[in-house]
Amino acid sequence: MSISSMRVAIVVFPGSNCDRDMMVGIEQLTGRRPSLIWHKEATLDPVDLAIIPGGFSFGDYLRCGALAARSPVIDAVMDHAARGGAVMGICNGFQILLETGMLPGVLVQNAGLNYVCRNTAIKVQETVSSPFTANLEVGSDLVMPVAHNEGNYFASDEELARLDDNGQIAFRYAESDIYGPANPNGAAKDIAGIVSTNGRVMGMMPHPERAISKELGGVDGATLLQGCLEALAS
Amino acid sequence: MIEAHKEPEMTFENAASMGLSQEEWDLILTRLGRVPNLCELGIFSAMWSEHCSYKSSKKWLKTLPVDGPQVIEGPGENAGAIDIGDGLAAIFKIESHNHPSYIEPYQGAATGVGGILRDVFTMGARPVALLNALRFGAPDHEKTKHLLGGVVHGIGGYGNCIGIPTIGGETNFDASYDGNILVNAMAVGLANSDRIFRSAATGPGNPVIYVGAKTGRDGIHGATMASTEFSDETVSKRPTVQVGDPFTGKLLMEACLELMASDAVLSIQDMGAAGLTSSSVEMASKGGLGMEIDLDLVPAREEGMSAYELMLSESQERMLMVLKPDATEVARAVFDKWDLDFMPIGQVTETGRLVLLKNGETACDIPLDPLVDDAPEYDRPQKEVAPLDILSSNSISNNDGVTAMLKRLLGTFDLASRRWIYEQYDSQVMADTIAGPGGDAGVVRVHGSQKGLAMTTDCTPRYVEADPKTGGAQAVAEAYRNICAVGAKPLAITNNLNFGNPEKPEIMAQMAQSVVGMGEAARALDTPVVSGNVSLYNETDGKAIKPCPVIGMVGVIDDIANLVGLAPTAAGQSLYVIGQNADDNDGWLGMSLFARHFSENTMVAPPPVDLASERKHGEFVQAQIAAGTIAAAHDISDGGLAVTVAEMVLKAGLGAAIDLPAGGNAQGWAFGEDQGRYIIAVNDGAEIESAAASAGVSLAKIGTLNDGGELKFGDEASISISWMRSCVEDTIPNLMNG
Repeated sequence: MSISSMRVAIVVFPGSNCDRDMMVGIEQLTGRRPSLIWHKEATLDPVDLAIIPGGFSFGDYLRCGALAARSPVIDAVMDHAARGGAVMGICNGFQILLETGMLPGVLVQNAGLNYVCRNTAIKVQETVSSPFTANLEVGSDLVMPVAHNEGNYFASDEELARLDDNGQIAFRYAESDIYGPANPNGAAKDIAGIVSTNGRVMGMMPHPERAISKELGGVDGATLLQGCLEALAS
Repeated sequence: MIEAHKEPEMTFENAASMGLSQEEWDLILTRLGRVPNLCELGIFSAMWSEHCSYKSSKKWLKTLPVDGPQVIEGPGENAGAIDIGDGLAAIFKIESHNHPSYIEPYQGAATGVGGILRDVFTMGARPVALLNALRFGAPDHEKTKHLLGGVVHGIGGYGNCIGIPTIGGETNFDASYDGNILVNAMAVGLANSDRIFRSAATGPGNPVIYVGAKTGRDGIHGATMASTEFSDETVSKRPTVQVGDPFTGKLLMEACLELMASDAVLSIQDMGAAGLTSSSVEMASKGGLGMEIDLDLVPAREEGMSAYELMLSESQERMLMVLKPDATEVARAVFDKWDLDFMPIGQVTETGRLVLLKNGETACDIPLDPLVDDAPEYDRPQKEVAPLDILSSNSISNNDGVTAMLKRLLGTFDLASRRWIYEQYDSQVMADTIAGPGGDAGVVRVHGSQKGLAMTTDCTPRYVEADPKTGGAQAVAEAYRNICAVGAKPLAITNNLNFGNPEKPEIMAQMAQSVVGMGEAARALDTPVVSGNVSLYNETDGKAIKPCPVIGMVGVIDDIANLVGLAPTAAGQSLYVIGQNADDNDGWLGMSLFARHFSENTMVAPPPVDLASERKHGEFVQAQIAAGTIAAAHDISDGGLAVTVAEMVLKAGLGAAIDLPAGGNAQGWAFGEDQGRYIIAVNDGAEIESAAASAGVSLAKIGTLNDGGELKFGDEASISISWMRSCVEDTIPNLMNG
């Protein structure tokens, strides 16, 4: 299968605000517009990749993603994942995946107590076999922005050790020449993104869909998305 | 239960407590032919407040240029609209939320952003960018840290959640804002030129629909509060500050834009300042019609709200619409989808009156004309502005050279990096941000095209204070330069006039004369004013702020591939100054940053603004950027040439060697703030010199970029880029974390 025949679905909550950006990014790579799935839908047509985009799903006045994780569409996404389907959560999507329990750990308020929007460098880690890292060079750095208030990944020491042992840490914040601390939010073990034990579900705080062209400041996000689509297509 | 029955008869004391004068109270009695009840008096006082009526500024606002081939909609609607080609319109406005932000910085700033976004999407435009213009008190004032932190959190809290990038703005500190900060928010949106929605009610009998959030007791009489001076007592007015809900704001935006894509909506108006009062009155008045509303149908958050409270509440995230009579159910389905209230509350009438029903009785029945068209308008007296002395550079320069003074200037709050502020704003959501904060102008791509919209906010209050007319013109000129410096063509202006009490002749002169200067500049630079806001009575305990007529400007660049930033792109490039000759060896230090920090703070003449050369230089920069001869450009403003160069090398991480003039006054040359100038970096010096000669533009080479990591002026000791970086980057974090 070529990536041009990939079926990608993007879940849309009323407060999602990176849904269009992700749609544009995927369409730029595949030539095919992903379907947008409204949060009130209880079923998901068969897809190759389900994406939960960034934003503020239901305002996030409670805990980020807590309400979204209990919406009808998330049951459908969980069914898709239970069948071995690929799921990617970006930013608020990552927070939602943690709230559903599809990925372990929590994302708490940034250590600096402020929202942070800036470029970061993330280093690709060696992981369990996963479409999200398969086509990325282990140890390479990708530059893309973060934009969040609750991106500080936290888990128990046992859980963190387990993530490491299982090869579930996909991306870590890395030193670079970008001004400011490499780890923008105080995340444990510099974790920027993790995958499930079977490698099929991935959540990350940085926004690949914002780094898909030179005009937007870089193409490393396109590299990440393209690698994932190609791995899923092969 | 029915308050009208136990309500005492209104007197002048009631009117005075709502900010009305004796003359205005008498006028109400004459126009009405009777004594108004509480609700009616509340409506009069809100509509006649400075905030809604522009009664002190209207005479001067009328002198501003508002027309041009690019103008689709000038002042008077929710926002202004300009033609940017390809059938698209840019719709934008700036608005102040000064008083609420001082009382409750987070909510005040957040609702400022929410309000200006509603003004833009009410017109049928999808907002694509936010900017702001902020003024705080002295950094060491006891409240500054709290206010700065709260305002920045509030702006980010709303903009980040609703998902519109904040791509630019300005923040300044001055003791005159200790007791009265300025929080001005600007929003820019895009719409199809033939799908712009307006507010004039049409068609008697058509349904009037209330949509959005429910009405509560927050923000009652906010517009009146915004029209009086501050005192210690005002600070206890927290209940008059509205509470923002960006999630509901997002739902309202999506629902309105979805509905406006159909042909159901005839007219629509945001419930901003003075809430249901101003929206109903303005819609009916603009349509030359009347309106009847049953207040018992208004979705209320609290029980037992009176007619007065329902009409004067400034609860956020609400809209009033007139729909086609057969479109109600289609519209209701859209709002149901977004889980928002949708309630027909009345109808358009032919009476020319606002009629309100409450508990089955008439709670208000007043003619519209006195509220809007015949509202009071004042020609307030002005104190003559005396001409000021011109400061000679030699009278304040010293023997410390350029580098030492540059180092001292870079350590001030005036030149501190604003990174701590702008990194708290999502500047990239919507994935069209081509140039974010930290440059001369923010640029967003017109979605799906190569076209870009450039935008900036600017004002230099110390110039305006010294010479209002020059300062008003300078604000326009600096905004113009910022747009030109990225390679875009400036198109139009929105303005936010922040002043003290206009009943004082010296304040009235500041406002009137700065508007005159602004008008002259807007005419000369072909950037008409299409929208704006006036915020007066910015005084605390009788002390006025430094006058701050902020300009928000929007321009367009046809191909974002041509855009340049302020960072030179390679070592070896030459630095030139545009708008200055090689033998110019002094500069205008009067009212400069240099003078602010290194001389007695006396009032002298600010740098003059030559509008003809401003335009000539701006058009030259635009043309050369389009032709690809310029690698980087930065306008010269606060701190003069030396600071401009420092900012450029810092951004690039490159070093530079700058030649000092042989004679004259080196500090004047380095720190003078003569207007109409840019620093550019070029690969080919001969090419730009020849282009400047043909265009008749003054140009002088001042130095060369290198990869040495140090900035060096003449024979003086150099400064390392890394020293400069920590100098400018640490200032605000040290304040906030200290």
